[in-house]
Amino acid sequence: MADPADTPQPSGDNRPALALHVPEPKFRPGDQADFSDIDIGEAGAQPRPDESTRPEDMKDLAYGLVRVLGDDNRAHGPWDPKLDPETLRAMLGHMAMVRAFDERMFRGQRQGKTSFYMKCTGEEATSVAASMALASDDMVFPSYRQQGVLIARGYPLIEMINQIYSNKGDKLKGRQLPIMYSSREHSFFSISGNLATQTPQAVGWAMASAIKGDSRIAATWVGEGSTAEGDFHSACTFATVYNAPVILNVINNQWAISSFSGFAGAERTTFAARALGYGLAGLRVDGNDALACYAAQQWAANRARANAGPTLIEFFTYRAEGHSTSDDPSGYRSAQEREEWPLGDPVMRLKDHLIAIGEWDEDRQAAMDKECAELVKATTKEAEKNGILGHGLHHPFHTMFEDVFEELPWHLEEQAEQATRERKIKWPDHHPMEDAGK
Amino acid sequence: MNAQTETSQAETKAGGEEQATERRINMIEAINEALDVMLERDPDVIVMGEDVGYFGGVFRCTAGLQEKYGKTRVFDTPISECGIIGVAVGMGAYGLRPVPEIQFADYIYPGLDQLISEAARLRYRSATDYIAPMTVRSPFGGGIFGGQTHSQSPEAIFTHVAGLKTVIPATPYDAKGLLISCIEDNDPTIFFEPKRIYNGPFSGYYDKPVEPWKNHPDSVVPEGYYKIPLGKARHVTEGDALTVLAYGTMVHVAEAVCREKGVEADILDLRTLVPLDIEAIEASVEKTGRCLIVHEATRTSGFGAELSALVTERCFYHLEAPVERVTGFDTPYPHSLEWAYFPGPVRIGEAIDKILSE
Repeated sequence: MADPADTPQPSGDNRPALALHVPEPKFRPGDQADFSDIDIGEAGAQPRPDESTRPEDMKDLAYGLVRVLGDDNRAHGPWDPKLDPETLRAMLGHMAMVRAFDERMFRGQRQGKTSFYMKCTGEEATSVAASMALASDDMVFPSYRQQGVLIARGYPLIEMINQIYSNKGDKLKGRQLPIMYSSREHSFFSISGNLATQTPQAVGWAMASAIKGDSRIAATWVGEGSTAEGDFHSACTFATVYNAPVILNVINNQWAISSFSGFAGAERTTFAARALGYGLAGLRVDGNDALACYAAQQWAANRARANAGPTLIEFFTYRAEGHSTSDDPSGYRSAQEREEWPLGDPVMRLKDHLIAIGEWDEDRQAAMDKECAELVKATTKEAEKNGILGHGLHHPFHTMFEDVFEELPWHLEEQAEQATRERKIKWPDHHPMEDAGK
Repeated sequence: MNAQTETSQAETKAGGEEQATERRINMIEAINEALDVMLERDPDVIVMGEDVGYFGGVFRCTAGLQEKYGKTRVFDTPISECGIIGVAVGMGAYGLRPVPEIQFADYIYPGLDQLISEAARLRYRSATDYIAPMTVRSPFGGGIFGGQTHSQSPEAIFTHVAGLKTVIPATPYDAKGLLISCIEDNDPTIFFEPKRIYNGPFSGYYDKPVEPWKNHPDSVVPEGYYKIPLGKARHVTEGDALTVLAYGTMVHVAEAVCREKGVEADILDLRTLVPLDIEAIEASVEKTGRCLIVHEATRTSGFGAELSALVTERCFYHLEAPVERVTGFDTPYPHSLEWAYFPGPVRIGEAIDKILSE
């Protein structure tokens, strides 16, 4: 708050001087992080209303926190999805694989194998568990940190790595920044990089599914920071107007690069509460609790499938690492935050739960982690046979001009000829597979 | 005279004697028919936009369509151009062929990110996993006392974007055939409708009575389905004195000026700005050696700049005079001074005199 004494009184005006509030996070580098003021409630304490409940009759769920896994590592309350141990182990396996994959790809970027990478450490449950609650043909409109959806859906790791390396195996022909995957086969929409644009697109897909009397629904993921975009408002408006069968997942990981969630409005209310003004069902969920993530997504999917309406879910979580390989969070936030985060680590919590119910043990965990790491390593080696970014020209130059339009117009043909001519001057000794893919 | 380069229309008009019984419609009716034909033919086509449903659109282009095809095929939307284009991208990804209307081209800007960063690049960035086969219809241009928010011609914003096609009809016949082509096209297409000529061609004399379309040969529009290919210009008149490149309303203004001045101009109605019919332009300029470009949009970085550059680059040794541009001024579209702003007969006439005097 500005000190009124510092602000000169406007002359000839006895009204108080106005003061601009610029949000400031509680902790900066070097500060002791203390999250004791965050009310996380008790696992199992939140009621689970029927999926057809009207938004105004479940308002408290937009301000509370749906939690299933308690400090005793047991599942509690009506949101327990009561998954069988096999499904729980699969969930843990996907999350462990995401973590192993992130570690390896991050290292690959540091070793110069590609330009860019983004980890989702600490947020694995929000994509893995949530997408497991959807049908495999429900359409997903992800943001850039939902690699867990692809891994949970069985997308081949080698395709992910080829894309990250922009190599000759990259199905996107080296056109997209690393991690901007696309897989129609896995009902996974092309990732944009412009934020929140996917949210009205998901609503439009869901509207189309409803127009056609289909049974598939759509789900989208967006960071809390980019809920500030107009697209998100459009998405919420269209979703409620047409009662679209869609789930709007807001990943509140507290940080948008260096801007804390206060710059998206978190000082005043929750992100789940955004739902209420639109007449959407709003759920606020412990995003580090895989069972709660699954249960909330399942609730919203049931609701959408029954034509009972769209749902906005806030997954309350923490971005444990930097925004991307280009980011250094030690420059703007306290390194203690990660350790002090009151909701723990999603992988560890699910592991501890499986151990607590007698379906897992530390040895099996260690073996699984090792297996994941080795598989990723082996797959990386395999992908490297297709090349890495910066080693060679992996794609025929003509591919740069293809798919701008369905057919190549004259001006792009002319420009393609120019590029091909330049190639002979710029890389006279390089004779790769020019036109091989044409 | 109208020298038709498109065979389909030439065939339509073969029976000249029967002209009295030929069906004549205006551009609004032609657009309505194109939508009707495509809604009928293709169950994946949907029409949406502000006021387009029950009411039938503020310009009546969608009148009767909701009643005929139902509320899930033709419907009103929230006042959100970002949302309209955004959901159209999602619908296209599903497999629909959305035809959103943006009520005025001046309102399209909140939808630009969804058009430029999403629809235009979706095929490319996903390597054909997903496409955005949408046609964004929008009335554009001035001359109806719309002030600065109902008069703009923003086509150059879209021609500058890789992956968008920009189409502008100048007659009812073209409006129907081009719109059907756009809807069937698998790329995102901007279809700008020159609203000044919705109800009749415009000579540029704002103080003369409006001439209805029924007196114009291109108001003869066949019923049912036909297409005009994108990327093909139309020869409006043939002549050797100079080439005039125009589109939309300005085709008619330029034609009227040339007729009045007795100048035998080779007037090309470009119809599609991207992809451009460069062959027709080159052939014409090589024949005449002189080129006038006319558009209503603001001058600086307008599409005329692109045309001028192309003609200069490709036809320089055929040119006998510098390429001239007649455009709107680089100001917002003024309300009361609309006809001072509009690139009408005086501005065009001066430019023609200048080109012909070289």
